[in-house]
Amino acid sequence: MRKKLNTIDKGTILLSGNEAVARGAWEHGVHFASAYPGTPSTEILETIAEEYDEIDAQWAPNEKVGLEVVAGASFAGARVLSAMKHVGLNVAADPLFTLSYIGATGGIVIVSADDPGMHSSQNEQDNRLIGKAAKVVVLEPSDSQEAKDMVGEALKISEDFDTPVLLRLTTRICHSKSMVTLGPRKEVPVKGYVGDIKKRVPIPAHARAMHSRVEQRLKDISAWGAECSLNRIEEGDTSLGIITSGISYQYVKEVSPEASVLKIGLSNPLPWNLIEKFINMVDRIIFVEENDPYLEENIKARFLIEADGKSIIPLEGELNPQIVRKAVHPGTTKEITFSEIQLPARPPALCAGCPHRGAFYCLSKLGGSSTGDIGCYTLGLMPPHNALETTVCMGASIGVLAGIEKAVGREGMGKLVAAIGESTFVHSGITGLIDMVYNGNTGTVMIMDNSLTAMTGGQENPTTGKNLRGEPAPVLDLEKLVKACGVKHVCVVDPHDLPEMEKVFKEEMNRDELSVIITRRPCIMAYKPIRKGIAVVDPEKCISCKLCMKLGCPAITWDGEKPEISKHLCWPDCNMCVQVCPVDAISKDMGGQS
Amino acid sequence: MKSVTNVIICGTGGQGILLASEVLCAAALRAGNDVKKSEVHGMSQRGGSVSSHVRFGEKIYSPLVEKGCADLILSMEKMESLRWSPYLAPHGKLVACDLEITPMTVNTGHAEYPDVNEIIEKENLPVTLIPAVEIAEELGNLRVVNVVLIGAVSPHLPIDEAHWTQAIEERVPPKALKVNLEAFRKGRELFGN
Repeated sequence: MRKKLNTIDKGTILLSGNEAVARGAWEHGVHFASAYPGTPSTEILETIAEEYDEIDAQWAPNEKVGLEVVAGASFAGARVLSAMKHVGLNVAADPLFTLSYIGATGGIVIVSADDPGMHSSQNEQDNRLIGKAAKVVVLEPSDSQEAKDMVGEALKISEDFDTPVLLRLTTRICHSKSMVTLGPRKEVPVKGYVGDIKKRVPIPAHARAMHSRVEQRLKDISAWGAECSLNRIEEGDTSLGIITSGISYQYVKEVSPEASVLKIGLSNPLPWNLIEKFINMVDRIIFVEENDPYLEENIKARFLIEADGKSIIPLEGELNPQIVRKAVHPGTTKEITFSEIQLPARPPALCAGCPHRGAFYCLSKLGGSSTGDIGCYTLGLMPPHNALETTVCMGASIGVLAGIEKAVGREGMGKLVAAIGESTFVHSGITGLIDMVYNGNTGTVMIMDNSLTAMTGGQENPTTGKNLRGEPAPVLDLEKLVKACGVKHVCVVDPHDLPEMEKVFKEEMNRDELSVIITRRPCIMAYKPIRKGIAVVDPEKCISCKLCMKLGCPAITWDGEKPEISKHLCWPDCNMCVQVCPVDAISKDMGGQS
Repeated sequence: MKSVTNVIICGTGGQGILLASEVLCAAALRAGNDVKKSEVHGMSQRGGSVSSHVRFGEKIYSPLVEKGCADLILSMEKMESLRWSPYLAPHGKLVACDLEITPMTVNTGHAEYPDVNEIIEKENLPVTLIPAVEIAEELGNLRVVNVVLIGAVSPHLPIDEAHWTQAIEERVPPKALKVNLEAFRKGRELFGN
C-alpha cells in the first residue's frame, strides 16, 4: 500500500501543478479548502481529500459559494484555499471584487486555472486581467515546484498585506509533472473569529476608506515586488531581453538559453522598479506570454518602450517551444523530417452505455433539439444526434430557452428543450428555472441526472449522496426542489428505456405549460455493471438498415455492409441497440448478474 | 550521450496512456534524470485522441516536446501513430500497436479510416507495428496492452531494465504486478531489437 503524502516530509518527487498546489496548501498550514470541479483545476481538491487529512476540503455547489465559504473561514482566522477553472472565477467574481476591499484575516489563496488553447473550455479568457480589475495580487508559477512554493508566498502576502491572492495557473502548469522537493507541514493556528464592522461591512462610508487602502496596498506590494524572490532577472546576453511569465518562461529557457530574461512571478501589481532596471540593461525586448498581452500592454504604457510581443507571438491558443523559437530565433527552427498527415479527426464521444445517449437519440428521432449546457452532454451536438444548438455558460440552457420563447413564442420555439446535467442545474440552473416559472414560460427543461459530475472525471455533488471524501451526505431531492420552484409537471424517466423516453418527450413538448423531465440513470463511471454479456449482431437477420448506427455508440462500427459490436467497448447494462433494431438482429442477455 | 530524450505516448482515451507515461517517468527518475511530462485531461478523454509528452535528461525546461525532436513516439492505436509524425526527429522511431479503433467521425460516415500501412510505406515512416493485443490476450489480460508496448520500446531508451521493472512495481497495483511484469518481458523479448 502506497503511503499517504501527509506521512512524507522530505525528499523529491514528481508532481503535477495541481498536486503541487495541494501539497503547498498542506505544508503552509491551510485549514480549509472549497471548490467546484472544473478542468484543469479539479485535481487540486481531489488531491487534498486523498492525501492531506489535516485540511478540511469540500465541494461547493458553485464557485461563488466556494469562495464565500472560504472567505468566512478566513474571517475566522484560518488559512484557506479556493480553486476553480478560469470561467469559474466569473461566477465567483462578485465575492472576489469586494473581498479585495475587505482583505484577509487568515491567508486567502484563490486558484484560477486558465485554459489557453481551450482544451476543455468554452473560452480563452486571461484571468490576470480579472486579478488586475479586482485589484488583488496575482502570482504565476512556471512549474510544479513554484506552484507549491507560491502557495506559501501567497498566504504570506495575503496576511502581510491584507489581500486575497490569485494564483493563476494554466493547463500546462496544472497537468504537467515536474520535480518537487517536499517539506513538513507548518501548523498555523486558527486565530478565531473577531467581529470588525469597519473591515467587513462595505457600506459606502466604510468602502471609501477600504478603497483608499486597496490603492495604497497595490503601491506597497509593487515596491516590495522589486526586491522579492518571485520576480528575477537572469542576466545573459544583453543584446536580447525577454520578459515572460508562467509556462512561457520554460519555453523561453528551452529555445533561448543565452538571452537575458526577466521572469515575472508577481504579475499584479507589477514590480516597476525591477522592470525599469531590466529595460535599461538590454538592447532589445521581446514579451513572451500566452493569450492576452498583459505584461506587454502594461509595461509599454508605463515606460513607452518599443518592443515586440503580440506582433510576433500569437494571442490566440497555447504557446509551445516551436512557436516561441520561430518568433524569437526564426533561423533556428528544427527540421521537420516527416510531414503532417491528413487523418480523420478523433473527437470525444459519449461513452458506450452513456445514459445521455438515449435522451439525445429520442430527441433527434422526434426532430427535436436543445439549448445546451456545460457537461458531457454538450456532446449531444455531434453527429449522429445533432441535438444541441446553444451553449453559453453553466446554467444558461434554461435562460436561453426562456429567452427564445419570449422572442418567438411557444410556436417559434418548435421542439427545443433545455438540456442540463444535474450538477450544472444545482450550480446555476435553479435560478433560471425560477425565472421561467415566475415569468410564465411554457418550455421543457430536461435535467440529465447521471448522479455524477462526469465531464471533469467523476466527482460527487449535492445530489449523489456522497461528499468529496466519499463519505455519506444528504441527497438533494431534485423532484421536490423543482416542484418547490413552482413547476407543476415533473416526471422521471430512465433514458435507456427508449419507448418511454420518446413518449415523455412527445407529451411534454405538446404541453402548454412549463415542465421538467428528469432523465435518471447513473454514469457508467459511477458504478460497476450489474449484468454481464454484450450485444451480438446476427448477420443473417440484419437488413443493413443502419438504425443502430443512429445511436452514435462508439462500440458499434460499420464494416461496409453490417454493424459490428466491439466486445471491448460494449457496456453490459445497456441494450439500446437491441431496442432500436427493427428485425431483432441484435441480441443480448439482460438477465445474468455479473 | 545526448542530454535530453523526448518521447510522445499517444492513442485514444481509455487505453492506459497515462499509466504508460507514469511508468516511463518513474523509470527515467530511477535512472537519475530530471523528468517532466505533460498531458491534457478532460474533454480529450471519452474516446478522443490523447497524448502524453515525456522528456528526461540532465535538466529539462519545457514539458512539451518540440516538433522534429521526438526520439520515440509510442502509439497505442494504429492510425494515431501517424498524427504526431511531424514531431519525430530524423533519427526517431515510431512504435505502434496494430489495433484499429474507429473514430466516431468514421462511424457516422464523415470520414474513412485510412490505410495506415500504405501511408507508412508512402511517407517512408520508421514505424514498427506490434500485435500487442494478441500478446495481452495470450497473457490473459487485455489491460496489459500498454505494458507490452512499454516493453517493446524499452531497449530504445537510455534506461536500464532494472529501472523499468522497479518502475512497474512502483506504479502497478500489487495484484496485477505479475501479469504486468510478464507483459513487459514479453514485449521486450519479442520486439526489443
